[in-house]
Amino acid sequence: MNINTWLKTNTFHHSSFSDIASIVEEKQKQKLKVSLCIPTLNEEATIGKEIIIFKSELMNLQPLLDEIAVIDSGSEDKTMEIAASFGADVYLSKEILPELGEEKGKGENLWKALYQLEGDIIVYIDADIKNIHPRFVYGLVAPLIFNPTIKYVKAFYDRPLAFSQGIRPSGGGRVTEILIRPLFSLFFPELTAIVQPLSGEYAVRREVLEKIPFPIGYGVETSHLIDVFTMYGLEAFAQTDLDKRVHRNQDTRSLGKMSFRILQTFLSRLARVGIIDKIPNMSNILRQFQAHDNFFEEVLFEIDEEERPPMLEIPAYRKKRKLPQKRTKK
Amino acid sequence: MYDSLKDILKELPRFHNELLELNEILLANLIMIGEIPAPTFEEEQRIEFLKNRFAESGLLSTSSDESGNALGILQGEKGDRNIMIVAHADTVFPATVDHTLSIRIDRVTGPSVGDNSLGCAVLAALPKIIEALKLPIYSNLIFMGSSRSLGRGNLEGLRFFLSNFKDPVVAGLCIEGVELGRLSYTSLGMLRGEITCQVPEAYDWTRFGAVGAIITLNEVINKILEIPLPGRPRTTIVLGSIHGGTSFDTIATSALLRFEIRSEAEGMAKNIGMEIEDIVASVASRTGAEIRLEKIAERRPGGLAYNHPLARNARAILNKLNIKPRISPSTAELSAFIYNKIPALTVGITNGGHLNEENETIRIEPISVGIAQLLGLLLVIDRGFADEH
Repeated sequence: MNINTWLKTNTFHHSSFSDIASIVEEKQKQKLKVSLCIPTLNEEATIGKEIIIFKSELMNLQPLLDEIAVIDSGSEDKTMEIAASFGADVYLSKEILPELGEEKGKGENLWKALYQLEGDIIVYIDADIKNIHPRFVYGLVAPLIFNPTIKYVKAFYDRPLAFSQGIRPSGGGRVTEILIRPLFSLFFPELTAIVQPLSGEYAVRREVLEKIPFPIGYGVETSHLIDVFTMYGLEAFAQTDLDKRVHRNQDTRSLGKMSFRILQTFLSRLARVGIIDKIPNMSNILRQFQAHDNFFEEVLFEIDEEERPPMLEIPAYRKKRKLPQKRTKK
Repeated sequence: MYDSLKDILKELPRFHNELLELNEILLANLIMIGEIPAPTFEEEQRIEFLKNRFAESGLLSTSSDESGNALGILQGEKGDRNIMIVAHADTVFPATVDHTLSIRIDRVTGPSVGDNSLGCAVLAALPKIIEALKLPIYSNLIFMGSSRSLGRGNLEGLRFFLSNFKDPVVAGLCIEGVELGRLSYTSLGMLRGEITCQVPEAYDWTRFGAVGAIITLNEVINKILEIPLPGRPRTTIVLGSIHGGTSFDTIATSALLRFEIRSEAEGMAKNIGMEIEDIVASVASRTGAEIRLEKIAERRPGGLAYNHPLARNARAILNKLNIKPRISPSTAELSAFIYNKIPALTVGITNGGHLNEENETIRIEPISVGIAQLLGLLLVIDRGFADEH
């Protein structure tokens, strides 16, 4: 499918799905279960709002969601207490599949959610959204429910209602525009059609998520796009405009760390899908600098973007989902 | 069912308990409504939201009228009487203020959360609450998110509706987010005005008054403060806000004072208003400055007697729920009902603080008691126990 056709057929605006009752009706007809996963780490300022809105509007009033789960990386504030008090199922990431150890990162929580939650469709929503609204969920879930060929729906934001010039720049944040889009343009041109490849809000069919590995950190979104694209092509994707998203802005140094992790993931994917033969040994040290009086000094960060394997390879998962165990080679 | 006041009072603890389970409907509405800015005269988005909520709850005739009110009717089982439930939709905050609300276990914080996003949220959630509690309501309930209520809005939305609605309304219930225990059934006489003082750019600075608009306005203020006010009936002049000038070192060419006169006595606010008009004219003639008094809003005092069945039974409901009644007069929606000779009450839903500041806060836990009180009042009116015989 070429990019322009895809943009026409697979790019939506949330307002097309505001009839939530019809989404619920179709969901029930298909006997689908939908789980919401909110990965958290110290999000006490915003988590309560997300839970209240989704629980009241999308569980009690319209049963679009079958479960709302918060998967926490070990918050030191009241995130877990607040989430539980407003009725979410709250899990500590390290207590899910404890025999596999504990990795620190958002990707780890997303991966463990796959084991813990029951849904045929999993919706991931970041916990730091200040202007939360039910559209953040129904806008992403609806394309999956109404179109069986779509497997992965990504959010994008902030299309102004009126724009004087007719043409306007459209895209994501700084990391997207100066790292991801140039990389995709070089190696996976079709994926450039995804307006905000790094957005933390997406809905995916379980049958897809369980087949792909999860980097444990910021590389998770990029690797998902490459892996799903390699398996199913562009037609498996859709994207929904969710209007405005208000959230914290990260400083440039944090974005540097994010970019480092994304590059680690990206380069390893290039080798894995055979685009390049072999990547040389790479340093896992990110070097940033700071000025100290009149001197510059180097600050080193050791960053390893490790990966969790596809969930289908985890025996405990296969057992829980009642799938036949894989034979191990002797 | 609910054949006597006693029956209704007996049910209040049950309402309270069941409402605890329904809190999230209320809070979800509060977040969605509270994050829509609604400065007076720019309430359209909030009104639209309320209208949609009314429609989703199955209310009839959901609409907005010429004055921009959001309306919906819950058809009563008998439908022979109409009761109005009103919350003003506008707030004191401009749209440029960040309206994000933050929720903690025990409280919600953000601009206008108490005044009056919570009132609107209760209004939006009430049809679902009545349905969930299976309350048999005989009368038609007219739900109204009223527009253009505050300041220069001067209750325009509610006044428009009451002047143009053809059917009789037996009573009105006005919902304010805070303070729980507030019970208003009388309206104060009130006159709200704005005094502007303009000094021409090409002013002859050698004349008296060369100090500019601020000092001239200050002279007006000093004279207002000299007006003798009676202790009984209680009468006050509130100087609410003052603006003027642009910098440190430039003589101000314009200044503005907003004030409100409140009095329990018929005609008192009007008389003091006339005195202020005289002050303005006298200072203007002496200084050569252009000083204008504009009357923004006026109310006549009135309301229910202390022993009116609605007032009496309202106190009984609050007592039953262990809410300490704080009886105070109002100059808001209630006075529009009183002007139209419709018995009405204003009640608050919860406790809060920092009212009309950006960190306005309400407490979550008392909300269910506040709504139980509202349901009790609704049933009292519905079953005719508030009628004066």
